[in-house]
Amino acid sequence: MNDAGLILHASDGLAFWLPVVWLGVLGFGVLMYVLLDGFVLGLGILAPLAEDGAQFDHMMNTAAPIWDGNETWLVLGGAGLLAAFPRAYALVLSALYLPVLTLLLGLIFRGVAFEFRFKGQGFARRAWGAAFSGGSVLATFSQGVILGALVQGLPTQAGAYAGGTWGWASPFSLMTGVALVCGYALLGSGWLILKTEGRLHQRARRWVRPLVLGVLAFMAVVSIWLPLLSTPVMQRWFTGGRFVWLAPVPLLTLAVAARLWRDAAHRPDAARPHDAHPLVWTLALFALGFAGLLLGLWPHLVPPALTIWGAASPPASQGFLLWGLAVLLPVILGYTTWSYRVFRGKVTAEMGYH
Amino acid sequence: MDTLLLSRIQFGFVISFHILFPAFTIGLANWLAFLEWRWLRTGQALWWDLYVFWRKVFAISFGMGVVSGIVMSFQFGTNWAVLSERAGNVLGPLLSYEVLTAFFLEAGFLGVMLFGARRVGPWVHFFCTAMVALGTLISTFWIIAAISWMHTPQGHVLQGNVFVPGDWWAIVFNPSFPYRLAHMVLAAFITTCFVIGGTSAWYLRRGVHPESAARMLRLAVVFGAIAVPAQILAGDQHGLNTLQHQPIKVAAMEGHWHAGASGAGVPLVLFGVPDQQAERNDFELAVPRLGSLILTHSWSGDIEPLTAVVPEDRPPVLPVFVFFRVMVGLGLLMLAVVAASAWAWWRGRLERATWVLRGWQLLSPAGFAALLAGWWVTEFGRQPWVVYGLLRTRDAVSPNLAAAAVATSLAGYVLVYAVIFGAGIWYLWRLLHKGPTPAAPGSADAAATEVRTPARPLSVAGEADIAEADAR
Repeated sequence: MNDAGLILHASDGLAFWLPVVWLGVLGFGVLMYVLLDGFVLGLGILAPLAEDGAQFDHMMNTAAPIWDGNETWLVLGGAGLLAAFPRAYALVLSALYLPVLTLLLGLIFRGVAFEFRFKGQGFARRAWGAAFSGGSVLATFSQGVILGALVQGLPTQAGAYAGGTWGWASPFSLMTGVALVCGYALLGSGWLILKTEGRLHQRARRWVRPLVLGVLAFMAVVSIWLPLLSTPVMQRWFTGGRFVWLAPVPLLTLAVAARLWRDAAHRPDAARPHDAHPLVWTLALFALGFAGLLLGLWPHLVPPALTIWGAASPPASQGFLLWGLAVLLPVILGYTTWSYRVFRGKVTAEMGYH
Repeated sequence: MDTLLLSRIQFGFVISFHILFPAFTIGLANWLAFLEWRWLRTGQALWWDLYVFWRKVFAISFGMGVVSGIVMSFQFGTNWAVLSERAGNVLGPLLSYEVLTAFFLEAGFLGVMLFGARRVGPWVHFFCTAMVALGTLISTFWIIAAISWMHTPQGHVLQGNVFVPGDWWAIVFNPSFPYRLAHMVLAAFITTCFVIGGTSAWYLRRGVHPESAARMLRLAVVFGAIAVPAQILAGDQHGLNTLQHQPIKVAAMEGHWHAGASGAGVPLVLFGVPDQQAERNDFELAVPRLGSLILTHSWSGDIEPLTAVVPEDRPPVLPVFVFFRVMVGLGLLMLAVVAASAWAWWRGRLERATWVLRGWQLLSPAGFAALLAGWWVTEFGRQPWVVYGLLRTRDAVSPNLAAAAVATSLAGYVLVYAVIFGAGIWYLWRLLHKGPTPAAPGSADAAATEVRTPARPLSVAGEADIAEADAR
């Protein structure tokens, strides 16, 4: 097994490049998950704001045909991590045992609520509605905690996790948990603006600006807090003159946030409707945040001990899967896009897709 | 209890619950593809009504399979970190191929299959159903490849204690793979077949949906008459393959502790209570030489006894022995029901043969029970190994995992699964009880038969689908 902290250089050829490519592949998969399931989880976070049961149903209906496919990106992330970086898979999941548990339990409640909410009346209906919202909030918060704990770094000794059952819990990771709830709610608002009309659409537009402020505030807190954490992670961002080179990322983030702020308002006079813009800008905001995260983590996969080369499976594993991926991923993206196109357009409160 | 035992109980619990739903939906997806194909070919509204009905059953079952399956994809890391580190190089790519070739295929076409009949043409819709069905089978292929490699590992190189893939063809097509795959796919189909047949018998006995029920029951009988004997043959071949590669598992299935006298053959133990410490069966009832006949196809063939290996290399014999008999017993009962149905059909009284209908009804959950019993035989039987002969289960568990944390997660899963699957099975039962509802009269095509009800929530089976008729 490789040394956990192994660092390779481009001159090492395939041994250097395969893990780099795989980092890109998994990064893409995780980003797809965050963007796609992010807005569905966001619907669950926003659902308690629904004015009545019908509006609650309406919110769920907008995602009913596609939520399962969105969640599949998470399964790809899990299986892909096991295939390409088995050591990171083993370390992260066993170290973050409890937040992974709450993530999975949250996703269970959220998932079955799509089927079960419409089979009961009265109490049962409200209970499965609560399961949808509660599950979404719990799953999102857990994901945020996992993210914060990873950024902060998992203490290891001799390659094994040494932080105990609660090693992931810190004010920082709990804060990132809350931050992600705010972020996914913003994605959910963008989705509702795109997919609905009328009263729900107007309400969703009104949710955007407070959420943008929240997300920017959390981004600022993270930026101030990170250097104070004294972890080796994110050093890239704040040592030497690097910040100048990386400055486009935060600047772009601010620019995107400004556009999002502007497009949140309803503009009946506009030549073409802007209903897709809030979602698109929010997706861009997330993509930029994600890019910032990857740049900061590099070349670690699980800081502070495990680099992408230290965690990598041998070329026999990474290569074997990469061939399949190169062929299958475009096909998957093709039919997934087609399925979104089949259900394109507004979802009205009266309409099932039938 | 320690981390190891709690982790084993947890894995057994979550995977046993999970496998019920994929097994059912493998069969259901293919059944749906068959129903839609018949409807497209004949234009008979009844086929479409049946399609719409079983699609509701499928949607609930598939949902439960998805949410319990996500749990599975993280179990190896949370509780079996050492297994992941050492065997992830082999298992990871197999599971990833499952995601890429099967899960995305299912999920991508599921939305259109469930909700898109009015938005695409009928043959495009059929294509979506067929893709979902294909996805379930491809998924079976990869997951069985992974688990079979853990039973009969080959094609890898051991570097230190890490498994590094050498020959992927040898890894995927390992010795137990084809037998396990055939056995599992047939088991999934038979499980679904008995739910369909049992439900139809239930309708016939209650005098509801007579036309649909008669048609479905006949299909179940035809399918069962082919699949159940085929499964018995596949099981026999799988057993012989196991004898070749995991003889101690077969010895545990047979309760065969000690080598007999030369030429005396191996008896078939019909009943007994294996005693692991005393290395014998209590209350044994055995037929001399029959074990040899079944396992070696000869009068005096020998198989390796349990005492051929040291006690710490033996599986727990009692569960392997008991569940093997449960599986075989249920298989024989299913064969008997199928045979009796064929006889009643030949006499022209299938729909009125009370005892046959009662048999189908009683055996409607038999496929699930046999499937679980079979998996428990093979998984208890490969203990104490997780990668057979190479990595022990006790060495594969996550280090540094507190027993209290695993106890918490196990309690969490038990509690949540009780609520979720309790509710799911209740909804399924009510849906099956109510049965198919005919489409609006005069409807001719797929689009029109899907009645558009204002304010109908977007779930495949709605409240009205499971409400009692008189309560509406």
